[in-house]
Amino acid sequence: MSAAAEAIRPPRDGTLGRLSDFLWRRPGLFLLLMLTPPLLWLGIIYVGSLFALLLQSFFSIDEFSGLIRHEFTLKTYAELLRPSNFDIIVRTVSMAAVVTLAAGVIALPIAYYAARYARGRWKAAFYLAVMLPLWSSYLVKVYAWKLILAKEGILNWLFAKLHLTWALEALLAIPVIGGNSLSVSYIGTFLVFVYVWLPFMILPMQAALERVPGNLIEASADLGAGTGQTFRHVVFPLALPGIIAGSIFTFSLTLGDYIIPQIVGSSRLFIGQAVYAHQGTAGNIPLAAAFTVVPIVIMGFYLWVAKRQGAFDAL
Amino acid sequence: MRSDRTGRSGRSPLMLKLAAGAGLLFLHLPILIIFVYAFTTEEKSYQWPPPDLTVKWFAIAWERPDVRDALWLSVRTAATATAVALVLGTLCAAAVSRTRFFGREAISLLVILPIALPGIITGIALRSAFSLAEIPFSFWTIVLGHATFCVVIVYNNAVARFRRTSGSLIEASMDLGANGFQTFAHVILPNIGTALLAGGMLAFALSFDEVIVTTFTAGQQATLPIWMLEELVRPRQRPVTNVVAMLVVAVTFLPILAAYYLTRDGDQVQGQGK
Amino acid sequence: MTAAVLFQNVSRHFGRIRAVDGVDLEVAAGEFFAMLGPSGSGKTTCLRLIAGFEQPDTGHIEIFGETAEGIPPYRRNVNTVFQDYALFPHLSVLDNVAYGLRMRGIDKAARRREAAEALALVKLPDYGGRRPAQLSGGQRQRVALARAIVNKPRVLLLDEPLGALDLKLREQMQEELKALQQALGITFVFVTHDQGEALSMADRVAVFNEGRIVQVGAPAEIYRRPRTRFVADFVGSSNVLPPEFTERHGGGRRWSSLRPEAIVIATAAPEGSGPGSLAATVLATYYHGATTRIVAEAEMTRLNVLVPASAGLLRPGDRVWLTWQPDDLHAMEDHA
Repeated sequence: MSAAAEAIRPPRDGTLGRLSDFLWRRPGLFLLLMLTPPLLWLGIIYVGSLFALLLQSFFSIDEFSGLIRHEFTLKTYAELLRPSNFDIIVRTVSMAAVVTLAAGVIALPIAYYAARYARGRWKAAFYLAVMLPLWSSYLVKVYAWKLILAKEGILNWLFAKLHLTWALEALLAIPVIGGNSLSVSYIGTFLVFVYVWLPFMILPMQAALERVPGNLIEASADLGAGTGQTFRHVVFPLALPGIIAGSIFTFSLTLGDYIIPQIVGSSRLFIGQAVYAHQGTAGNIPLAAAFTVVPIVIMGFYLWVAKRQGAFDAL
Repeated sequence: MRSDRTGRSGRSPLMLKLAAGAGLLFLHLPILIIFVYAFTTEEKSYQWPPPDLTVKWFAIAWERPDVRDALWLSVRTAATATAVALVLGTLCAAAVSRTRFFGREAISLLVILPIALPGIITGIALRSAFSLAEIPFSFWTIVLGHATFCVVIVYNNAVARFRRTSGSLIEASMDLGANGFQTFAHVILPNIGTALLAGGMLAFALSFDEVIVTTFTAGQQATLPIWMLEELVRPRQRPVTNVVAMLVVAVTFLPILAAYYLTRDGDQVQGQGK
Repeated sequence: MTAAVLFQNVSRHFGRIRAVDGVDLEVAAGEFFAMLGPSGSGKTTCLRLIAGFEQPDTGHIEIFGETAEGIPPYRRNVNTVFQDYALFPHLSVLDNVAYGLRMRGIDKAARRREAAEALALVKLPDYGGRRPAQLSGGQRQRVALARAIVNKPRVLLLDEPLGALDLKLREQMQEELKALQQALGITFVFVTHDQGEALSMADRVAVFNEGRIVQVGAPAEIYRRPRTRFVADFVGSSNVLPPEFTERHGGGRRWSSLRPEAIVIATAAPEGSGPGSLAATVLATYYHGATTRIVAEAEMTRLNVLVPASAGLLRPGDRVWLTWQPDDLHAMEDHA
């Protein structure tokens, strides 16, 4: 036992040792050093780009020369309200709402089963069964549906085999949502949207349902509530934050998507396509920028409501 | 939980089972169909059922220089974007979880923003910023876009692990004579390593597959998803596209499975991230 | 002789919270020193100031005569046993114990040998190959101890080390810690909120309240002569008596403390009622095994009396007489 050992050791030799001492004495500087690279990247480059885009929505395009006039104006926003443009917004928001609803309905049994009944290996299997489609390629998923919905594809083949072609034709004969074939109808677009965003609904929903204590459900059953009543009065209200969290994804993703309606659907535009068209071939950056503000505003409002419902805890 | 094994709540209602099963089938069948189509002999249409099966398209796809170039560009982009995201995401996570400071919430929000906003907004914002700053499209403009939304994946994984790792471990290390760098190498890195690996793999998968932002930041360059998108809009080589689609599924599945097994004890893989 | 730890007017504030507020402290070399107080009283912050995890806002800290403020923890020859043990989950038990030696650049063979010795010292000689997750709470605690003492620190800091253990294990560890401290001759600074632990193990105890030290002294002194009502309340279960009571029974007009075991209870009136004798009524009795606690009321004041369990059985409502030595009625600093 060397009782004579010093109580304070001398500073370590070498640059790293000295640097460590230096940073330890200045925790604020250390924090700043850690935060500078991500803040430069996200705060300056990314948010800066967003602001530049936002700024351009207050410019307008000269109708004769096609050049951007760098003067502050709300004229571009007024253009959004023109019937042709406003239709695009209404169409996109309606689609987002219907997709969200359908995804919620399909997701609920999966999430409920995974949260309440699946145990051990089954639980892991369920989790992976949702994670793999979520992470597998977006384009491949869209492509798969192009194959499925094609005239010579599996769905038509299946309907023919089951002698249900008449039902499919009746469905496609419905005005507005119907069309020549599934792949050029809103029904097709809707199916693909639901498919592609479904996992984003399941995961937060399952997370929320898992937080519903099992004994609450037992208590409800104990008090004489049937399965349906328990679900309506106990499970659903408690799972609501998760459902809202999931709907943030399905809603936001549908609002901003421009590839799915381009590949499967009618020729009528969605917001994403309009943005893409205006910034690309038309070169009307101000209108494209104004169009991007629409989903931002809608999502901002949506997030505000979701936050008040406590949905962020389920994210 | 014993109460779940016995009593009324232990058995799942048949309807629920059926609905859940049907939902999972709906999720998986379309992807499986891709695998069948990769072997079809039909070239001109999407005919079902396939008239016959063949493996010749794999060789043909592999010989195609445009497919190879696109694949190589995607791999390079994903690797670089993942590397950048690993550094930025880890720094951010360390700062947010180790210290209390003004504006933590704002930083979390900032990191999540690129995936919370629709991809098209990120894409068009970056594109217009490039054109304002007169930056020509290049490999690095693609990487810049990808790294921006990959940061959150790494960040989420790292933050979850930091939260699970006892804060006193770092103090214990310093208490035992390790300076900041030694503590990082011997304690912090081994403890968050698997989370970073998982985050990195997910980031790689995300970047490898990304198309929406990429269309705005790639210019004339074609990553594999861009190549596929063009085939989707104007089909020219259906069988080759089928093979590429299957390849993309395979390439993204492996890192996801690996990431799951790396992080399954404890924190979940942060999946809400596309 | 230089003090092992010296605090001069040390303060550490977190925003508006004065975690440590003008503390003066001197821990002698080789001493087993306990810091006792309720949670939030500043004792743990004091420990962290010694370890170097916190820096004082004002004041001066010395460790064996050397200035400590501004020195990072890794340059202090001081080691800590953490409340949650903080064992490195990715390292084996042996590598955990050898960690400090490794950081000091001691070669592999030597540090393995020393780590094995330290493990033997805490009676876990064959556990080196295991992972911390494979150990019980008590074993982890021993590993944490071995990991600290293997570095031969000048001061060993223990942050509620026994808090997570069950009663039996805790009593056993108390004995072992005490024996270890005597064998190694290292200065131990021990933080606890358990007064029994502090009194039974420490050479001296500092009682903390609201960021300040209320009293420092040997356990017996703290127990018998609490300086304030807070100390009397917190250390032991003394009867804290109001100034009027003290005055009537021969003390000054101050709050006083009277230990329950110092009171003698009798069912018959003692001959000639002196100053320390009081007629009372039994309100309740509580059987504790070795002792029985009797709650009695006299002069509108409730008194706890501790008697051996073998003493005659009393019932609520019984008339009794309480007596004590005048010296046992200890007047404290608190005035009326």
